[in-house]
Amino acid sequence: MIVTTLLRLVLLLAFAPLMLGVIARTKAAFAGRQGAPVLQPYWDLGRLWRKGIVVSRTTTWIFWAGPVVAVTVPVVASLLLPMGALAAPLSFEGDVILFVYLFALARFFTAAAALDTGSSFEGMGAAREVTFACLAEPTLLLGFVVLARLADGLTLNALLGAHLAAAWGSSGASLALIVVCLMVVLLVENARIPFDDPNTHLELTMIHEVMVLDHSGPLLGLIQYGAALKLMVLGAVIMRMVLPVDTGNLWLDAGIFLGGQFVLAVVIGTIESVMARLRLARVPQILVGTTLVAVFAVVLVLR
Amino acid sequence: MPLLLIAALLMAVSGAPGLARASARRRRGADAVQPAGDAGTERVATALLLAGAILGIVAVVAGLLGRGPHSVSASWAVPGGLFELRLDALSSVFILPVMLVVAAGAMYGPGYRPVREGARHGAGFRFFYGLAAGALPVLLTAQGTLLFLAAWEILALCGFFLVSTDDDQPAVRRAGYLYLVSTHTATLALLGMFALLGGGDPWLRLPAAGSLPAGGAATAVFSLGLLGFGLKAGLVPLHVWLPSAHAAAPTHASALLSGLMIKIGVYGLMRLISFYAEVPAWWGWTLLGAGALSAVAGVSLALAQHDIKRLLAYHSVENIGIIVMGLGLATLGRAAGAPALVALGLGGALLHVINHGLFKALLFLAAGSAIRASGTRELERMGGLLRRQPWTAVFFLIGAVAICGLPPLNGFVSEWLIYRAALTAAHHQIMGLALAVLAAPALAVVGGLALACFVKVFGVVFLGSPRENSPTTSAEATRGMRSAMALLAAGCVGIGLAPLALAPLLRAATAEWAPAIAAAGAIAAEGVSGGLREAAWLSAAAGLLLVPMLVIAAWLRRRGRIAARGVPTWGCAFAAPAPRAQYTASSFADGLVSTFAPGRSLERTSPPALFPAPARVLSHHPDLALDRLLLPGWRLTARLFVRVRAVLHNGLTSAYLLYVALTLLVLLIIFGGK
Repeated sequence: MIVTTLLRLVLLLAFAPLMLGVIARTKAAFAGRQGAPVLQPYWDLGRLWRKGIVVSRTTTWIFWAGPVVAVTVPVVASLLLPMGALAAPLSFEGDVILFVYLFALARFFTAAAALDTGSSFEGMGAAREVTFACLAEPTLLLGFVVLARLADGLTLNALLGAHLAAAWGSSGASLALIVVCLMVVLLVENARIPFDDPNTHLELTMIHEVMVLDHSGPLLGLIQYGAALKLMVLGAVIMRMVLPVDTGNLWLDAGIFLGGQFVLAVVIGTIESVMARLRLARVPQILVGTTLVAVFAVVLVLR
Repeated sequence: MPLLLIAALLMAVSGAPGLARASARRRRGADAVQPAGDAGTERVATALLLAGAILGIVAVVAGLLGRGPHSVSASWAVPGGLFELRLDALSSVFILPVMLVVAAGAMYGPGYRPVREGARHGAGFRFFYGLAAGALPVLLTAQGTLLFLAAWEILALCGFFLVSTDDDQPAVRRAGYLYLVSTHTATLALLGMFALLGGGDPWLRLPAAGSLPAGGAATAVFSLGLLGFGLKAGLVPLHVWLPSAHAAAPTHASALLSGLMIKIGVYGLMRLISFYAEVPAWWGWTLLGAGALSAVAGVSLALAQHDIKRLLAYHSVENIGIIVMGLGLATLGRAAGAPALVALGLGGALLHVINHGLFKALLFLAAGSAIRASGTRELERMGGLLRRQPWTAVFFLIGAVAICGLPPLNGFVSEWLIYRAALTAAHHQIMGLALAVLAAPALAVVGGLALACFVKVFGVVFLGSPRENSPTTSAEATRGMRSAMALLAAGCVGIGLAPLALAPLLRAATAEWAPAIAAAGAIAAEGVSGGLREAAWLSAAAGLLLVPMLVIAAWLRRRGRIAARGVPTWGCAFAAPAPRAQYTASSFADGLVSTFAPGRSLERTSPPALFPAPARVLSHHPDLALDRLLLPGWRLTARLFVRVRAVLHNGLTSAYLLYVALTLLVLLIIFGGK
């Protein structure tokens, strides 16, 4: 139990930034560039860690609270979630709701920290972030409804248990729809193309990046590290649905989990390479459409 | 129970000395028309309210521990009068927040409406505040319908006087009138409901839980009850009176109205359903649908507001919706014999009753403090208050996080229970019941919208820099106001961190609500006890969340090197952004409002000129039910009756004689045979 918990924490804390590196390398490969080293995110975090913090005169303690919450929440949320076959150490009936609402807590404080700067650009980013999250959250819940129908409990351990392998046979259509929907949620929540572009140079079109314009040094480092952790935690939900394999061997399970995350990073990199960014006005339409697809999945599984 | 009666009496008479003194002074001609009261009687009122609240809490706790008599009765020489009060767990759930919120309001009042500033109708306001506070516990424990309705009417009238305290403003008078009409429509519906319940005689003892058979007049009783109690609770589309009334009242009265008074509608619905031995499933579906509609419509309309008190009032509609969703799930569970649904749904609804009382009152009090400091209720004129009011800001933040249902505060615990009730439905093989699982995504929409709304309010009011130079001198709230907010905030945090403390109360109340299921032992076996025991895990998760945050924050504080402090916010290469250029509340909410609550009307007055000239834009968001449906409908009806009257009232005596003759003839035909 303790070994598993420690192993899970190490996997999360140590390998999360690697996913960003893999995504960047995939995109570079598609563009025919050599690209930055896979370990570049680590060097970036280290650089930010050593820098000083620039503090705007309009800001208050809320500005500091945003990054702190943003980095703590994914770690706590990961304790509720089975990472691959490594069961969650903190598991109780209804922990799936806590999982969803923890990320809402992080969103509250990052958006508030953005508004704390008094910059209209950051206000815009915060507004977009909460707007899109509003439309993405029901999809996530509908996905969990499908999983709840297939499982016999309301813990994440039960929802994402090994029974999923058999469930693909009986309710494969629903599960496939939900995987696609959750993939959309993952891309929105983690500010990836086609919904948001972390590398754009125009503040007016950004969503997530514009919220953290004023954060610098270790604060920005915490935010970026938190974003990497969040990507891995949400990715773990999808990969567990796609790869519900339990070998029984701790180290083999950890290897399968990491392999799954690697594949997911490559998939995200591919999506980012082959798709153009959506216009902002289109994003809500896509999200509402995704919700409806998820409703279909629920109807299919309830029938 | 006698203790509770004493507490209620203390609170009810708390404002009487002030009122007597004020009217005596007016007779002498000291105060011209608006008796403001004086500091001495204000202190008396505060002390009496606080004493009453403390006694009330003692009474509730003693009742839960089984000490002392549970009921008190007296002779009442009124036809059909039955003066009997009984304190059970279901009543205790509703009385507990009453005591806390009234105590907070008593501490808050003197700082918010100081006597020396000659607050309008000060003495009368305090009298009706105390009377309302005293009538609430009586209503919540009344055993006879006459006593119930009497307390109901006292509350309704107190509410009217509280709403129209500042009656020099036309908007306040209009709000008070609308409230009065609505509340009496509710009373009428209740009178009909009690008459049907008693088989023609409305003055009876309230039936015991699970004692009435289904069928008969049950459908009509439920429909009338839904109308009457739903009007009081503010269920969409019966909420039309609520936003304007709660925005018009002075802030701590708004807290009482929004946090406590509308709950008596919920209480009535719960009691009414508990009377029946078996309930049809469509009651549950109706409640679930009405709750979901109220929750989504309430929060969408809240998002569209830019008056902070109106916004909070619309959030009451949302939270009532969440409570009724929980009640609907529990009713469905009773109809289908699913104890887990009953336990989790009703447990969540009851806990949300307590929680909403606490955090909504907290939000209103903090908003009142912000309004005092900035001199306006308009969000677009506020900003940067956190620097001037650090304490108020923290209290508002606690209330905001709680009302969004975010961990680790109390709002999350109750929403978590209701979510679990909804998700449990997914495991039922009956397709009909399993559909109730769709309540979960509905709650998710509501949660997301509420979060957007409160990020907006907190950000626009307390963060950034001030949008206008605010006129008032005093910034931070007085000590009394701060302690009032601290009391409520402590309640929010306490329930969030240790929800298990309330488990016995909720368990007992659920058992009283559904005695048949409780008797079968099912609730103890799989429902409430198991469902609430899980809440201990929430405490653990909250600890896991808070401790690392504090460690990281402390680390940043010690080790974080500040490279530059006091520099301007980066304006994306724009060098001189004015505070007015900050993102506004309307812009923030625009995307969501146009999706979820379309219909904003924009009124532009810009002079047609070659060169830019000052222009005005007024945005108003109409309430679909009131402004688009009811008011035009009433206007149409009024015009119709004018038309009819013009034909009938033609001034010819012979025509009037014809009416009399025709009426007599019709009556003879109908009743002549008997």
